[in-house]
Amino acid sequence: MKTATLAICGLLCWGAARLPLEHALYTARAQRDLRAIPIDLALREQVGQLGVVAALGGLRSVAADFLFIQAYVAWERTEWSRVLLLFRQVTTLQPRSVLFWDTAAWHMAWNASAAALNDPTQPRLALRIKAQRAYFDLGRDFLERGIEHNPERAELYEALARLYRDKYRDHLRAAEYFARAADKPGAHRYARRFAAYELSYSPGHERAAYAELKRLYSAGEQERLPTLISRLKFLEDKLNVPLAQRIPETRN
Amino acid sequence: MTLTELTRLKVFYVLLLFALALIASSTLVARLGFQEEFQVLKDVSLGAMGIFSSLLAIVATARLLPQDQEDRTVYTILARPVPRFEYVAGKLLGVLLLLALSLLAMSALFFLLLYFREQSALAETARQMSPLPPEQLSAALDAVRRSVFTANLLPGIVIIFFKAGLLASLTLFISTFASTSLFSIVLAVFVYFIGHLQATAREFWLQEHGAAWFGRTFFALVALIFPDLQLFDFSDEIVVGAGIPLLFFLQIAALGAFYIVIYLLLAIAVFTGKEL
Repeated sequence: MKTATLAICGLLCWGAARLPLEHALYTARAQRDLRAIPIDLALREQVGQLGVVAALGGLRSVAADFLFIQAYVAWERTEWSRVLLLFRQVTTLQPRSVLFWDTAAWHMAWNASAAALNDPTQPRLALRIKAQRAYFDLGRDFLERGIEHNPERAELYEALARLYRDKYRDHLRAAEYFARAADKPGAHRYARRFAAYELSYSPGHERAAYAELKRLYSAGEQERLPTLISRLKFLEDKLNVPLAQRIPETRN
Repeated sequence: MTLTELTRLKVFYVLLLFALALIASSTLVARLGFQEEFQVLKDVSLGAMGIFSSLLAIVATARLLPQDQEDRTVYTILARPVPRFEYVAGKLLGVLLLLALSLLAMSALFFLLLYFREQSALAETARQMSPLPPEQLSAALDAVRRSVFTANLLPGIVIIFFKAGLLASLTLFISTFASTSLFSIVLAVFVYFIGHLQATAREFWLQEHGAAWFGRTFFALVALIFPDLQLFDFSDEIVVGAGIPLLFFLQIAALGAFYIVIYLLLAIAVFTGKEL
C-alpha cells in the first residue's frame, strides 16, 4: 500500500513538473504551425471511425495516403463524387501536404469539370456549364483551404493563380495570386513575370502592368523572354509610350 | 542477457512485417508520380517504424518480469549479489538495445529502398527530359533529389526511438505491479491511445476556465498521469517537408529521456518494495 501511494505520488509530481514544459513545447510548435491537428468531433464526422483510430495511433498520414491511392483509383474510373469525398477525407487527415490540396483541386477544376461539360447523359448545355462551374468552385475551395493551412507555400498560390487564369479567365485575380506566390519562399522565378503578364491582360491596369514589365525587362537578359517583350510592346502601343522610352526592337 | 532472451523469442519477425509493409506500399505507389510515390513511401515507412517499434517495446517488455517470476529465474538472479535496481535497469537496457537494433535495421531497409527508387526516378526523369537544355534538366533532377532525402529524416527516426523507449519504460513500470503480462500489454496499449489525446486534455484544463470542476479535475488527472505522446509525432511534418529546427528535436529527445528515467525509477521503487 505504501509503495503504491509512493508510486502514485511520484507519477503526479512528475506530471506537475513536466506539464509547463510540455505546454511550452506545444505552444512553440503551434507558433511554427507544427502542431498536430486536433482529434475532435469534426474529424470524426469527416474521416469516420477508422480515420480517428488511425489518428489516435499516430498513423494519420498513412491513412491519408491509402485514401489518396483510393482516390487515384476512383479518378481512373471517373467516379467524380467519390474522388471529391476521398480528397476531402485525405486533406482533413493530412492538411499539411501541399501535394494533396493541389492534386484535389486539379482533379476537380480540370478533370471533373471537363467531364461535366462533356457529360453525354445531360442534353442541356446550360446545365452542363453549371456543373462545370461547380467543379471550378470546388477546385478553388480546395486551394483556398490549402492556403489557410499552409500560408507560406508558394505552390498553392500559383495553382490558384492558374485556376483563375485558365478556368475563370479572371486575369486580375490570377495576377494577384501569382504576385503572392512570388513573395513566398521557394517560389519559381517565373511567378513574378506571370503576375505582370496577367496584369497586362486586365483592363484598367495597363499602367501598373507596364511599370512592372519594364522593371523586369531592366532586371537583365534572363528576364527578356519573348512573351515579356511582346506584352511590353503591346502595352507601349496601347499606352502611347513615347518612342524614346520604348524598348529597342528585337533582332529577329 | 535480456537481449539474447528476446532474440530467442524471435521478436525480430517484426522486421519481416516491416519489409512486407514496405514492399506492399512500393507496389501500391508504382503507378503514381514520383512526388506522390516518395511521400507515400516515407509516410508508410515512418508510420510502420513508429507503430512496430511501439508494439515491440510494449510486448517485449510486458513479459520480462512476469516470465522471470513464473520460471523462477528472478530468484536465482536475486540470490546472487545483484541489487534489485540493477536487475530492473538491466531489463530496460536490454529492451532499449533491442529497440535500437530493430530501428537501425528498419532504417537501413527504408533508406535502401528510398535510394533505389530515387535512382530509378532520376534515370526516368533524365530520359524524359533529355531534349531540354542542361540547366532545366539539372533543375528537374534536383527537384527529384529534394523530394527524397530530407535532413529531418534521421532526427525523426531518433524521436521514434525515444517514444518506443518511453513506452518500454512505462510498460516495465506497469509490469512491476501487474499480475500477468496480458494485463501489462492491455494497460500499456490504453496508455498509448490516451497518450495521443493527453495534449487535448491538458490544453482544456489549462485554458477552459469556465468548465465544470469535475470536468477540469478529470482533465487535470489525465494530463498529470499520462504522457503526451503526440509531442513525439513528427512524421507528418517531416514527410511534407516542413522546416523543423534541430532544437525542437533535442527538446523532445530530452523530454523522452526524462520520461524513460522517471518511469524506470518508479519501476525500481515498486519492485524494491515488492514481496517476491
